[in-house]
Amino acid sequence: MGAVGSFALYLREIFRHMFRGPFRGREILQQLEIIGNESAPIILLTGFFTGAVFGLQIGGIFLIFRAESLMGGATAIALATELAPLVAAFLLIGRVGAAMTAEISTMVVQEQVLALEAMGVHPIHYLVVPRVVASMVMMPLLCGIFMAVGVFGALLIGLFLYDVDQGVFFERVTTMVVGHDIVAGLRKMLVFSFFISAICCRRGLSASGGAKGVGLATTTAVVTSLLMVLCIDFLISYFQIRWIS
Amino acid sequence: MIRFSHVTKSFGSRAVLQNLDLEIHKGELTFIIGKSGEGKSVTIKHMMGLLQPDSGQVYVEGVDVAKLGPNELLQVRRKFGILFQQAALFDSMTVEENIQFPLREQTNFTPSQIEHRVEEVLRQVDMPHSNRKYPDALSTGEKKRVGLARALAAKPQILLYDEPTTGMDPLISEMIDALIVQVNQEEKEITSIVISHDLKAALATADRIIMLYQGRVELAGPPSVFRNADSPVVRQFFSGKVDGPMEFL
Repeated sequence: MGAVGSFALYLREIFRHMFRGPFRGREILQQLEIIGNESAPIILLTGFFTGAVFGLQIGGIFLIFRAESLMGGATAIALATELAPLVAAFLLIGRVGAAMTAEISTMVVQEQVLALEAMGVHPIHYLVVPRVVASMVMMPLLCGIFMAVGVFGALLIGLFLYDVDQGVFFERVTTMVVGHDIVAGLRKMLVFSFFISAICCRRGLSASGGAKGVGLATTTAVVTSLLMVLCIDFLISYFQIRWIS
Repeated sequence: MIRFSHVTKSFGSRAVLQNLDLEIHKGELTFIIGKSGEGKSVTIKHMMGLLQPDSGQVYVEGVDVAKLGPNELLQVRRKFGILFQQAALFDSMTVEENIQFPLREQTNFTPSQIEHRVEEVLRQVDMPHSNRKYPDALSTGEKKRVGLARALAAKPQILLYDEPTTGMDPLISEMIDALIVQVNQEEKEITSIVISHDLKAALATADRIIMLYQGRVELAGPPSVFRNADSPVVRQFFSGKVDGPMEFL
């Protein structure tokens, strides 16, 4: 309970500093570049193969019922509501979250964070808020890219392996996937991005004990973020389904 | 300028400061000495409000730092400049950006004023052409000098040096000591506090020396008081002998 309380206080601090000056535009831009630009290639690659593999599997099943034309719609809906936010979140935890923790914890053990405080700069304001804001902007965008590229991967599988007509493929996608599904996936990613960045920064700030401490903080940040994403995913999906029904 | 009144601080079961009373006078170069683990660094962290005492008061210019809220504490911290033991330069920034940082955060200087001040402090620490270098490309002594330039940049009232020569070869130690004296002579208004094991430097340069032992002040006064001290603890520390009343953890 103590840990939950302390995490809640930390989240309150983030919100408090988020709306307090000075505005850290330069730091936010740097983080947007690190999170967005540098993660784009891996998101593109993973998104493509996730869509392709899902299309391959689901297409095989639909083929039994001679309903392979549905594979595009089924893949798109799976990507939009579950696969894209979840797989992209896992990737970004490994690539971005771990880097955040490693960077901040190294700053802690080298007294750079203490130097910030000594200069009258709050570490949450300078280190955490730009990362959280940039994550909340970039991660949903990357998730959207993941969805689009995933559908493209499924399209190639449909065209070349299952002889699905391109027009039929897109007609099924647009019929089965409504705007609400895409918004639900992006909204999920928005929540994930907040918690991933907040958890990883917090683990970094609480690191101690040199190189071993940096390693431990990074491992803990990744594991905690993964578990948190799965729990939040379950809760959001549960309430969405309850709300729909 | 700075006064500790009955300050006690423990970490777990280990009492580091025990009813500590000390005073630092304005404009003086004060050395705080003592063996490792006696709470020297803990003492300076209390001065800046980076640590809170378990009991007692820490006054900086008459204000009890321990009672301040976060915003007031930030204002007090802006009176200080600190040179950390490992310099603590931001490794993602160049030398120039490191020195600009406190100026951007603590002052309303225009970009040209900032540029001028950066050049000024880099000249002061004898590093005039290092603006574009990253900390990785600097030697240990150079890092310390840039750290000192950063500490000086925003014209602090109090300058803290946390073990500035620990782990350095004698030549670089000598150079850093000379720099501390030079800064103290050039910036008359600055109160300098040096945490150190370097007794030679303390005796040669300090206006006042404070020796901590078992979380309290063992002896305080000008170097002459230490040269003629009767305290067996002070004499053992100065002689560097293991045998004596001083306890080792």
